[in-house]
Amino acid sequence: MAALLAGTIVGCSGSIGDGSGSDGPAVDAGPVALRRLTTEQYSYSIHDVLGEDITVPSRIDPDDRRSGLIAVGSTFAGVTSSGFEKYEAAAATIAEQALDADHRAELVPCEPASTSSGDDACARQFIEQVGRRLFRRSLSQGEIDARVDVARNAAQVLGDFYEGLELALSSLLVSPNFLFRVERAEPDPNDSERQRLTATSIASRLSFLSWNTTPDDELLEVAESGELLDPDVLAAQVDRLVASPRAEIGLRALFSDVYDFKQFDDGLVRKDATLFPAYTQTIAEDAKEQTLRTIVAHLTSGGDYRDLFTTRKTFLTRNLGLVYRVPVVATDGWEAHTFDEDSPRAGLLSHVSTMALHSHTGRSSATLRGKFVREVLLCQDIPTPPANVDFSIVEDTTGELRTARERLELHVTNDACAGCHSLMDPIGLAFENFDAIGAFREQENGVTIDASGELDGVSFDGPIGVGEALRDHPELGPCLVRTLFRYSLGRDATEDEWPLLDFLGERFAESEFRVSDLVRDIVLSDGFLTTSGPREAATVEGEQ
Amino acid sequence: MKKRFDRRTMLRGTLAGGVATMGLPLLDCFLNGNGTALAQGAPLPLRFGAWMWGCGMNPERWAPATTGEGWELPLELVALGRELPSGGQVRDHVSVLSGFDVMLGGRPNFPHTGGLVSTTTGNVPVEDGVYVDPTLDSIIASQIGGMTRFRSIEMSSTGNPNQAYSYEARGVPNAPEISPAALYTRVFGPEFADPNAGPFVPDPRLMLRQSVLSVVKEDRDRLAQQVGTHDSQRLDQYFTSVRQLEQQIDVLLAGPPDLESCMKAPQLGAENLGTEVSQSKLTNQLMAQLLSFALACDQTRVFSMMFSFRISGLRQLGSNSQHHQLTHDEAVDPVLGYQSEATQFVFDSMEAWADFVEALTAIPEGDGTLLDNCLVLGHSDISFAKVHGIVGIPMMIAGRAGGRIKPGVHVDGNASQTSRVGLTVQQVMGLNVESWGKLSMEATLPVSEILV
Repeated sequence: MAALLAGTIVGCSGSIGDGSGSDGPAVDAGPVALRRLTTEQYSYSIHDVLGEDITVPSRIDPDDRRSGLIAVGSTFAGVTSSGFEKYEAAAATIAEQALDADHRAELVPCEPASTSSGDDACARQFIEQVGRRLFRRSLSQGEIDARVDVARNAAQVLGDFYEGLELALSSLLVSPNFLFRVERAEPDPNDSERQRLTATSIASRLSFLSWNTTPDDELLEVAESGELLDPDVLAAQVDRLVASPRAEIGLRALFSDVYDFKQFDDGLVRKDATLFPAYTQTIAEDAKEQTLRTIVAHLTSGGDYRDLFTTRKTFLTRNLGLVYRVPVVATDGWEAHTFDEDSPRAGLLSHVSTMALHSHTGRSSATLRGKFVREVLLCQDIPTPPANVDFSIVEDTTGELRTARERLELHVTNDACAGCHSLMDPIGLAFENFDAIGAFREQENGVTIDASGELDGVSFDGPIGVGEALRDHPELGPCLVRTLFRYSLGRDATEDEWPLLDFLGERFAESEFRVSDLVRDIVLSDGFLTTSGPREAATVEGEQ
Repeated sequence: MKKRFDRRTMLRGTLAGGVATMGLPLLDCFLNGNGTALAQGAPLPLRFGAWMWGCGMNPERWAPATTGEGWELPLELVALGRELPSGGQVRDHVSVLSGFDVMLGGRPNFPHTGGLVSTTTGNVPVEDGVYVDPTLDSIIASQIGGMTRFRSIEMSSTGNPNQAYSYEARGVPNAPEISPAALYTRVFGPEFADPNAGPFVPDPRLMLRQSVLSVVKEDRDRLAQQVGTHDSQRLDQYFTSVRQLEQQIDVLLAGPPDLESCMKAPQLGAENLGTEVSQSKLTNQLMAQLLSFALACDQTRVFSMMFSFRISGLRQLGSNSQHHQLTHDEAVDPVLGYQSEATQFVFDSMEAWADFVEALTAIPEGDGTLLDNCLVLGHSDISFAKVHGIVGIPMMIAGRAGGRIKPGVHVDGNASQTSRVGLTVQQVMGLNVESWGKLSMEATLPVSEILV
């Protein structure tokens, strides 16, 4: 699935190696903050460090989504009492598996003098080695010593060396140094006015951005030796990570976050069972997977980001074939599929996933679909509706108004609604041929659907047209730049960083909208490598 | 700190020495100084709970016509007329509070969050959906939560783990339990010290877990020196959470609770999560049942339950609209004078509230039932949902709070703030507060009509 990207990257030009230490305009970058591991990052980290076959308990506090991204919410997420209780229980379960008879040989780099009592030297080796991957840096002597003590006491009480190590491993897994990604600043030796991220902080940022997991040994090595601060070494590491098959995980994590696909995992994209009997949780999960597979295949082969909204190429399962009404040969699993030229399907916005997600349980929603395009794909804000608005005339499906268009047109005749709805509804109405689960329909309540619409001066008829209009919209590329920047840093861009975003946007366009090039440009920029220092608590309005 | 260290050192020695069981006299010295021990004759624990439903009611059909005692059951509170197996009706245990408002003080009325956040935190939000202050249950838990195995238990029957009702300071949500089965395992799983299961033998691993927690507290101390104020606050919260778990382990080490009504909860029936109204009602019932056993064993003294989200997603099978949509979309029936489909969900919500209250009367305790030693605040985010009304937020209080309050009263707040109710609740729960709420929501006058 993940095609190698090396070819697309080697040819990338840039100002790397000019000694400036970063790419693009110099900017005063924003602050850093602790980032609580997302549930996915927690799971990937455990698997990478302790073993692929370890069962990671699903009972971990849910991610906090803010400003439309879990990545941003992670810099606000806390560890509550019940949240910590879950982390501690998960740590015990994980440690028990990691040190059972099947796994210990792989993880423990030494043989204890006796398996029925403590062995400080061997425990120390284990803690140093595993701790470095979990904390994303080498442990201090104090951090190691405290855990050697835990292991010794536990081995003594329980009469088992490996059970002692379990407790020591637990103490790593519930430590704030594991649960939070620590991003630290230090004075920039080239510019006393500025602060830069430490090499290990850069390594973590890069690793989680590219692979959504803890840095591997090679990356940690060049970080701890300080070599990573050399722009050429950093560029080489970016290229290595982005070219790896594991970059697929990073792309999936990025788009799942941006599109809020976690709702599918949580079983929250629900549909009424009597109105949509064909819709099941399996279809919901397949729908999400279809879109992610389409994105990954397109982007890892060097495709233009904008073409995601017009491509007819995708992947289907037999279950999805039923909704799309196309034959799927594979009885089990996925097969590549290209929608016919005369099919109404092209681009991500014709997928079951996006259409079902931006609908109600019992009916489609042109407004929610238009809102998704505006807010998520074009980065434009839509104000919340006024508190005392009367919706009843708009949504009455029992009377004369039989289609969504007839109902929504009333928005435009009502001044309080028109300002915002004229931004959303004309986009969403073009998707009205897709019902609440994304199945195609010609009619609503016996009336043929008029799927004409408009996006910022471009008119179209139906979903193919809106996909094309979106593909050519001047804000589409810059919006991904802004979103990926926020995703990388866990915060919104500061005003000082806007010139950098402009620069990155131009570069993105020059690269023909190759996402791997954009990732590289962001990593090598001042926004990624420097900081104003630790985030200070906001003086929250509403405090006295 | 010294006491804790001594205790651990001693236990470590005891455990390492191969002593398998410890007698109760030894255990007495393990109890912390906060009165965790429930010695014979000690007063029964006092509990606080919050219960919410989304999208309000029809004010003229919901509020009783007269104040004081002896009011006629209003149309939409018909569920409170339910007869209880323990005698009497649900209404005998419930006071109704109408006429309590959210006062915006010039801030915007964010649909559904303005009323909810103001009522539960005493502060009107300035940003949509953003909590600045802790919710009432968190405030109370921070005072009394350290005495029990669980600081508090948060539950939800919306089936959505991402929708929280309870918040810590600075907008950190307390993620709810959405699965009764998961809650069962958490409370009554292998760690539960069953008073009816023979002699108590503390698990030596409990002490070892304490030693792990000591190490991570040191990690936190070191890390706190490297961060800004934003993260310093988050690490303080982390520290508090580690301390809470240490206290939980202390409670587990102390052995089974010495409460007559305590018994391990029976296995629950099958669960069925979702937003169809029958699913949410079932989850609410199972959670309430489980909670009643947990409270009887003093596993927690603070709880919260979200029956439906503020943007209520409740739905009837076969309908293309959810509760929240209906409150806005459905026309007011010209003959009936209300929205008939949307109003059905008000009846369902009040039935669910009655189910919850009833479950707490099912366990005898002292001279009455568990509910007599509880104070449960039930409320919605809004009054009349169609216009996002925040005048007359519907509120109810169930229980006698150990004889501190009287049920069965209808109080008209006469357009005073909902934060008066929050203030009253805190005072009844023993918190030393003279006022509660900020700016336009600052309240100094408790609801004396329900106080004994």
